[in-house]
Amino acid sequence: MRNRPLAAPDEALADLRLERRPNLLRLVPTGEWNVGQSPRLDLLLNGLRPEGAREAEIDGAGISELDSAGAWLLLRTKHKLEQQGVRVRNFTLPERYAPLVQIMEADQLTGPVVHRPRPRGFRYFLERLGSGTMHALGQGYGMLGFLGRVTVEAIEAILSPRRELPIPAFVRQVEETGLTALPIVGLLAFLIGVVLAYQGADQLRRFGAEIFTVDLLGVGFLRELGGLVTAIIVAGRSGSAFTAFIGTMRVNEEVDAMETMGLNIAEVLVLPRVLGLMIALPLLTFYADVVGLIGGMVMCYFDLHITVPMFLRELETAITYKTLLVGLIKAPVFAFLIGLVGCFEGLRVERNAESVGKLTTRSVVESIFLIITFDAGFSVLFSIIGI
Amino acid sequence: MSGAHQHDDVVIRIRGLVNAFSGHVIHDHLDLDVMRGEVLGVVGGSGTGKSVLLRSIIGLNHPESGSIKVFGVETADMDAEDLKGLQLRWGVLFQGGALFSSQTVAENIQVPLRRYTHMSQELMDEIAAMKLALVGLPPDAAQKYPSELSGGMIKRAGLARALALDPELLFLDEPTSGLDPISANQFDQLVRSLQQSLGLTVFMVTHDIDSLRAVTDRIAVLVNKKIKVGTFETLVHDSDPWIHEYFSGARGRAALAGAA
Repeated sequence: MRNRPLAAPDEALADLRLERRPNLLRLVPTGEWNVGQSPRLDLLLNGLRPEGAREAEIDGAGISELDSAGAWLLLRTKHKLEQQGVRVRNFTLPERYAPLVQIMEADQLTGPVVHRPRPRGFRYFLERLGSGTMHALGQGYGMLGFLGRVTVEAIEAILSPRRELPIPAFVRQVEETGLTALPIVGLLAFLIGVVLAYQGADQLRRFGAEIFTVDLLGVGFLRELGGLVTAIIVAGRSGSAFTAFIGTMRVNEEVDAMETMGLNIAEVLVLPRVLGLMIALPLLTFYADVVGLIGGMVMCYFDLHITVPMFLRELETAITYKTLLVGLIKAPVFAFLIGLVGCFEGLRVERNAESVGKLTTRSVVESIFLIITFDAGFSVLFSIIGI
Repeated sequence: MSGAHQHDDVVIRIRGLVNAFSGHVIHDHLDLDVMRGEVLGVVGGSGTGKSVLLRSIIGLNHPESGSIKVFGVETADMDAEDLKGLQLRWGVLFQGGALFSSQTVAENIQVPLRRYTHMSQELMDEIAAMKLALVGLPPDAAQKYPSELSGGMIKRAGLARALALDPELLFLDEPTSGLDPISANQFDQLVRSLQQSLGLTVFMVTHDIDSLRAVTDRIAVLVNKKIKVGTFETLVHDSDPWIHEYFSGARGRAALAGAA
């Protein structure tokens, strides 16, 4: 056996000598025939041709070290020679390697492993397109079913007085998704306020209408940006956490254990998350609105010399409480989407590590897609009813 | 039994090992020697730190104090490069197989080959087929993903991967747990025959008393935060109540009777 780490292929360590006599080919392997030397030995043996020899000898007496890779190379050579009609009349190895060769010869090898074919081409493209479409439809159908289940469970849980609502779990979710998100949401909202004010001021200055930067900020942030930015951050932060957490529980069979104990998955896992997020996200959105406006205000002061009282007076004429409400009313809907998608994908995780990662990614992409789609829908709706 | 006592060549030497987690001492100045060419079984009650001991030896867990020498090299003060050199000389079969779930069995076996040698793809495919045959898996297992395999096949595939680089030292963490008695028995025989033909030193954590009986040369028992080493026959008569109970309980007696 080898007594030191793998050495790189080197002819000083392991070699193969060929002796050709009339009708006889003698192979004399010497040195360390092990996995480290095998790449080079493989090349040497692959180039080997009998060249008319009828008989062969493999004399391995000079082998100082043999492992299964080296033994495989010798056995393979022996088989190949025999297939080419060469009789291997002598195959000797040091006595101590007899058990190794014995166990390997006992295995009837059928050749190298066959890898799974990796399909390519136009037909494969069509196949993927089709299965992708069916998958997307199935996904939508499954999500609708899940929505129905969660809705029914939610109503039952709220109406039934004897059942205890999972209040502590619910409060913890509000803390985890809301309170701990304050720094990152605040920072991003502030920066977006600064950027928006700067760009707005740059454009509006050309008309001498710098003061309307405040209107741009107020309406833009309260109606659209505050809610959208917060929802997207939370989708990336909490939606992914929901999927990964529930997914890992599935991998550990915790979800199965809950089901066999008669615990209701929707009530225990889904409701606290969805409801907690529906409380936390509107609060976060309001906070983002305020911080974003402060960011804009700071920028207005330094760039346009609009003082704080001027800013506030202009803001008062630009927006009404309706502007704020239009923005805030979307937040619970976004929260519901994030929570629903996050839990839905988490429960679809299969029992392997790859699945957790794949579905977590999908959960975030899907919730952001749904958030923006619904936001567009809200814009159309609000313009129809004239808000 | 193989020549464990013929040449006293120590592969793993542990002296004064202390492991503690948040104040709770698991190993208290534990000593252990593993000889070249032997199969050492490690047993102990739940929570006595069998897996911690294994993880300490292979460098996944850093002990509080003590010395662990593998092939005469102190593992504690090794840098990453030295550790890599050692890692090539041992193979580990984890309890759950720990096959990479995104890769097929053949690709799993080829991971160490690809990382540490410059073999052609063709040779790697041949080696993978050879290792599969060696651990008794059918050729068509090569293109399966771990999720498509049964528990026994996962253990065998994990063993094939552990043997990919022809290591001298093999660590097995509960290799027969979760297998039915027939598969467990086959696995024991497989370990024994591989150990003899490849000349392996095997460090095996197990709870399977039939395995201990069938495969091991010596048995190390973790009791009272230390280790007691003996053979099946001597440990049956040990004065420690836990060891006595373990080896002379109904299962122990059956194992002894079955082998006699």
